[in-house]
Amino acid sequence: MANEIVTFKIDGVEVRGTKGQTIMEAADAAGIHIPRLCDVEGLDPQGSCRVCTVKVNGRTAASCTQPVADGMTVENDTTEIRNYRRDLVRMLYHEGNHLCPCCEASGRCELQELGYEFGILQPDKYPYLQPNRPVDASHPDILLDTNRCIRCGRCIRASRQVDHKNVFGYVGRGIHKQVGVNGTDMAHTNAAVGDKAIAIGTCPVGCIIQKRIGFFAPIGSRRFDSKPGGKQ
Amino acid sequence: MEVQSTVKQACAKFGNDRGRMMDILWEVQKKLGCVNDEAMEIVAAQVKSTRVEIEGIVTFYSFFSREQKGKIVIRICDDIIDRHAGSELIAETFSRELGIAVGQISPDKSFSLELTPCIGMSDQGPAALVNETVMTNLTVQSASEAARQLKKTMDPSTLVVKTGDGNNGHKLVKSMVNNNIRLKGDVLLSDGISASAGLKNALKTAPADVIREITESGLRGRGGAGFPTGEKLRLAAQTKADKRYVICNADEGEPGTFKDRVLLTERADLVFEGMTVAAYAIGSDSGILYLRAEYAYLLPFLEDTLENRRKTGLLGKNILGKSGFDFDVRIQMGAGAYICGEESALISSCEGLRGEPKNRPPFPVEKGYLSKPTAVNNVETLCCVARILDRGSAWFSGIGTKASKGTKLLSVCGDCEKPGIYEVPFGIEISEVLRMAGALDAAIVQVGGAGGVMIGRGSFDKKICFSDLATGGSIMVFGPDRNVLGIVDYFLEFFADESCGYCTPCRVGVVFLRERIQQIMRGFAENADLDYLRDLSKTIKATSRCGLGSSAPNCVLNSLEQFPLVYSSHLKEHKDGINSSFDIQKALDESRRIAKRKSMIYDPVYGEVTDGE
Repeated sequence: MANEIVTFKIDGVEVRGTKGQTIMEAADAAGIHIPRLCDVEGLDPQGSCRVCTVKVNGRTAASCTQPVADGMTVENDTTEIRNYRRDLVRMLYHEGNHLCPCCEASGRCELQELGYEFGILQPDKYPYLQPNRPVDASHPDILLDTNRCIRCGRCIRASRQVDHKNVFGYVGRGIHKQVGVNGTDMAHTNAAVGDKAIAIGTCPVGCIIQKRIGFFAPIGSRRFDSKPGGKQ
Repeated sequence: MEVQSTVKQACAKFGNDRGRMMDILWEVQKKLGCVNDEAMEIVAAQVKSTRVEIEGIVTFYSFFSREQKGKIVIRICDDIIDRHAGSELIAETFSRELGIAVGQISPDKSFSLELTPCIGMSDQGPAALVNETVMTNLTVQSASEAARQLKKTMDPSTLVVKTGDGNNGHKLVKSMVNNNIRLKGDVLLSDGISASAGLKNALKTAPADVIREITESGLRGRGGAGFPTGEKLRLAAQTKADKRYVICNADEGEPGTFKDRVLLTERADLVFEGMTVAAYAIGSDSGILYLRAEYAYLLPFLEDTLENRRKTGLLGKNILGKSGFDFDVRIQMGAGAYICGEESALISSCEGLRGEPKNRPPFPVEKGYLSKPTAVNNVETLCCVARILDRGSAWFSGIGTKASKGTKLLSVCGDCEKPGIYEVPFGIEISEVLRMAGALDAAIVQVGGAGGVMIGRGSFDKKICFSDLATGGSIMVFGPDRNVLGIVDYFLEFFADESCGYCTPCRVGVVFLRERIQQIMRGFAENADLDYLRDLSKTIKATSRCGLGSSAPNCVLNSLEQFPLVYSSHLKEHKDGINSSFDIQKALDESRRIAKRKSMIYDPVYGEVTDGE
């Protein structure tokens, strides 16, 4: 049963995966790019941002949670799918406050990178929700600005699955759903800079910031300056 | 210290079991009037969870509250049907009599006044919940009297002067709710239905035969999705496991639906019989009936029904003498979350989690409650299961159409003379339903609830069946004076409030849809905005994670198709090169406030802005 080979097609290209893999895992192994935000290597997939949406045998599904099956037909880089993804990335931009020029995560922000990938270079059709949540700077080493949060839950899963700490968790529902901390504020949690949840790269945007290392990489050597996510 | 001991007792009552979080939080909420930060810390410590996780659950369900609630919480039903029946006036009346605004608590902590989505009383609105007591057919006068009475007695049960028909008068229900059964069909509402015949027949055969009988009857799920019931049971039975569960979905939250309320009141035995048959079919020994918090007034009656069934050997060990067939049911109270009507969200809630849908696959029949194979079925579906085993699949499949077998309970409400429950055979035309209900001037009919189908007069020849108009039972009728865009706006408000927020398109996209509908209603929109609505709807439908998100845009798309003239009458074309969706006055307001003066160009009188302008 283990390593049972599954063969299927992504945009007409034959891909081999193993039973139990998700479409995204198989695509990654085959070098086929599927954009994503809430999914990151090393954490269980969550399927919440929906940016990795593909069509499987004509029906949409999140490729980070959809298992591969023999003979399936996957549509990935089509005009229709790109439009969906562009809309989703736009929604996330407009839900929070994303002022790239003054954000510490600029240049290493995965949302910004997807903005470039989908040609979102200026304000567009959607309204701005402009949240106004207080910034939590209580912790000596960590700053939390949830106005930039995209609800991807990577910090929550990293804290739970890697750090075994449960520093973060979702609270509220609907548009009021946000990331809460396990205490009255960050200072009253056991979060530390060494945590996977706090590590650079876990938060895909500029919501979780480590103090005293602001703008640590100069323009030109930031994560995405030379390696655009979509064009590896 | 009092909080400490109260909360610890609440946790201990449910064995400090993390999985019984809903029950624990209900117990705390009832004792303290809230689940405050201190209580969350204690619960977390008792059940070995974390504070943020408890906070996540408390803030997910609208009936739980971090802030102190009054001893008596009055929740006015804010459904669109109740609004049309005058619920705003009722809210104003309570507000005036109690001296508190909606959303507030009285200074002496006696009363809280709130609005809540559909409480399942659309056939007798305006309605309200006073703690667990239901008030129906409210008028300004009856609302004032109720408020005064409550101030005197502080006891909601004194509000029930005259009880409703049928079991609403039962000593354990004592509710003023009426069943309003208008048409009895052969399957569910006819008189003289046995509460054990189906089960007896089932136990005479093998479990596989029971599944075959249900499959042959052609029964499909009555909650709205219409999945073949026999197939669902077969899948749950064939998954290898040491334990399986049967769950009855009585979280009837679809706006305008109230048929499960009537079944739970008048056919409670049949519901549990259906669960028992399903349990026998798949090999389950434990069942859960998930009851929405709004129907808490039925809880003592349902518990009593279960107890009677245990006493008569219809539940418990070796049911009806069948050696080795054990089954029992517990009732799980919900806490105000529409999304929990979605089966995997309902399972999350039963497990004591935030009521968020689970990733599928695996499906509940493979990996459901506590990761065991679980068959989740609607109340009406389970009643049908019991009846099919009583009367046979041939009898059942002889009713209805070729692809839609049996009868369907319709909850008809809104602008009609006879709102209530109609048990009709599948295949009936909407126009016939409207005729029976006395809705001769109906202009808009919403079939299937907020995410259903909106149709105008030109489509009243459509039929109720799975291949034409599929519905969980909600039929909302709107007369010619009702505002289509107002109805669409209401549905979007409902979805935005009830979205669990898990996935981007539903959480954010629905808010954006509503923003644009409101802009159209204000007259600041152009033709391009209709394309915007269509595109956004398409993305939300295609990329949402569950049925809530994928059906939320239906009201927009249906109304655009059925009532294009309503939209076009609100649109403005470009003037002076200004984008008509740009509301210059609204944009200037902020600048006026900051600059403390009016605009030289856009205000007729240039000068200082005075306070309050």
